[in-house]
Amino acid sequence: MPDQLLFAIEVTMNGLMAGVLYALVALGFVLIFKASGIFNYAQGVMALFAAMTLVGIQNGQVPFAHLINAVFGTEVHHFGWHVPAILAILLTACVMVLFAWIVERYVLKHLVGQPDIILFMATIGLAYFMEGFGDLMWGADIKKLDVGLPQGGSFWLEENTAWLGGEGFYGFFIDKLDMVATVVAAILVASLVAFSQYTKQGRAMRAVADDHQAALSVGVSLRFIWVLVWSLAGFVALVAGIMWGAKSGVQFSLSLIALKALPVLMLGGFTSIPGAIVGGLIIGVGEKLFEFLIGAPFLGGATENWFAYMLALLFLVFRPQGLFGEKIIERV
Amino acid sequence: MNDMSADSYVTEDGRTIGGVVMEMKNITLRFGGVVAIKDISFDIREGEIRAIIGPNGAGKSSMLNVISGFYKPQEGEVMYRGEKRPPMKPYQVAQQGIARTFQNIALFDGMSVLDNIMTGRLNSMNASLLSQAVWWGKAQKEEFENREKVEKVIDFLEIQAIRKTPVGRLPYGLKKRVELARALAAEPSLLLLDEPMAGMNVEEKEDMSRFILDVNDEFGTTIALIEHDMGVVMDLSDRVVVMDYGKKIGDGTPDEVRNNQDVIDAYLGVAHD
Repeated sequence: MPDQLLFAIEVTMNGLMAGVLYALVALGFVLIFKASGIFNYAQGVMALFAAMTLVGIQNGQVPFAHLINAVFGTEVHHFGWHVPAILAILLTACVMVLFAWIVERYVLKHLVGQPDIILFMATIGLAYFMEGFGDLMWGADIKKLDVGLPQGGSFWLEENTAWLGGEGFYGFFIDKLDMVATVVAAILVASLVAFSQYTKQGRAMRAVADDHQAALSVGVSLRFIWVLVWSLAGFVALVAGIMWGAKSGVQFSLSLIALKALPVLMLGGFTSIPGAIVGGLIIGVGEKLFEFLIGAPFLGGATENWFAYMLALLFLVFRPQGLFGEKIIERV
Repeated sequence: MNDMSADSYVTEDGRTIGGVVMEMKNITLRFGGVVAIKDISFDIREGEIRAIIGPNGAGKSSMLNVISGFYKPQEGEVMYRGEKRPPMKPYQVAQQGIARTFQNIALFDGMSVLDNIMTGRLNSMNASLLSQAVWWGKAQKEEFENREKVEKVIDFLEIQAIRKTPVGRLPYGLKKRVELARALAAEPSLLLLDEPMAGMNVEEKEDMSRFILDVNDEFGTTIALIEHDMGVVMDLSDRVVVMDYGKKIGDGTPDEVRNNQDVIDAYLGVAHD
């Protein structure tokens, strides 16, 4: 096989893996948007907050240490223990559920029936609040997240694929973390789909997503479903936070991955779980291949920064509901 | 028949009407300065078909919304099975066994007919999430039972042919029937129908009337329905409440109501003082 083609295949595979990570973030948006029509601007910050909390719990950090020290003149930093990764992840999941409950109880409940833009503004407020609250709770320094996921290129894959090409080809380079992320994302999506299709709570969730009034009339509590949906979105944020955090450290820029999820949503449609996955993969592969084939040779590179948004713009013009979204038909 | 005795009696066509299931006591409902319902009392007895009729804007739908918990009356009490009902959310009312349909049809358009009707069984599912996740034990048993009951309702309302069709694609008349099926699937002790025949042609109206009578006859379901078309109601119901401008102007058997001067005036449009 010509080396050029092999490189293109490698780029495509890496694009797919990157796409999975985009899809993970987009998934959180879709869950909340479907069930409540709210575009949750805070989704990215939720991923950051979840990652910070996970690191904090794992390292036995004292929450609000700076605040406590400043008020009481103490010198506390760490409890001096380390929590195993699995337990820390479970505890963080509990924190995200608690967070979902608080959001419903103190924010959403008071905004029922308000126009969408008000709810959107509320989530912007929520995003800034969480960002500050997270810093206050766990400190604003860049943290290393290590839950024992394998990292670095897979030598096995490189060695066993090197024969495909000639002298200049050393085999496919794929980060092990990306592979893990792909497997985790696949499991996560499969269980989310199974949950919404086959369980009582999942059916109730779909009912609420479809029609609030009808859902009430068959005995579904909207408030319970909203807590459930925000918990699920929090859980998805946690998974995204772990993957991105392990890749590039837990820091403020983590919350900006939410911006990458926007074009994914425009491609896949705001209301479709499979759409979020396919949209993520298309963006991931698209931006890597575009950079490889056109960007680097002809445009001076760095096209990855804007390619996704250009693609989203094209979709907005020609297919505003996305690939899988519900077609919007207004009756006149 | 208008007295409040709890004794049961047998109708001419052989159905047994029991004691009072639900009683509305001096209900008043206001929206800001507008009085939608003014001091209305009436009761619904076990096993009967009770109609609430009146011209447009009389407050019929508001009354149904009070019963189903969508509106909270400012004054008055709702008595259910002899006990005063505390203020409840609509989903709590549904969990008590009161199912309803809507005037403007509230179905889950994205789901199939079967899935829509299955949502009517949500309240009867108690298996734990774990049991549902591993699809074993209670969850599996429940699912089979629920499917069986839903299939029975589908057969009963003769909608086998469309069971897999997404509801959004159905014509109006069939949507109404699916909505009735979803309410029936909950095996309600009280079924509330908001204008079940609105917007239907004559044939569809006849079908719907037959289904309502059959439901009442076959399952013994107590039914309260709203309708503004007097003709249809008189043939269906055991007792009728007539509302006009938020007030109750008549209550009794169809014959009694038909001969009530206030009712005649309301329907013929005599000027109000």
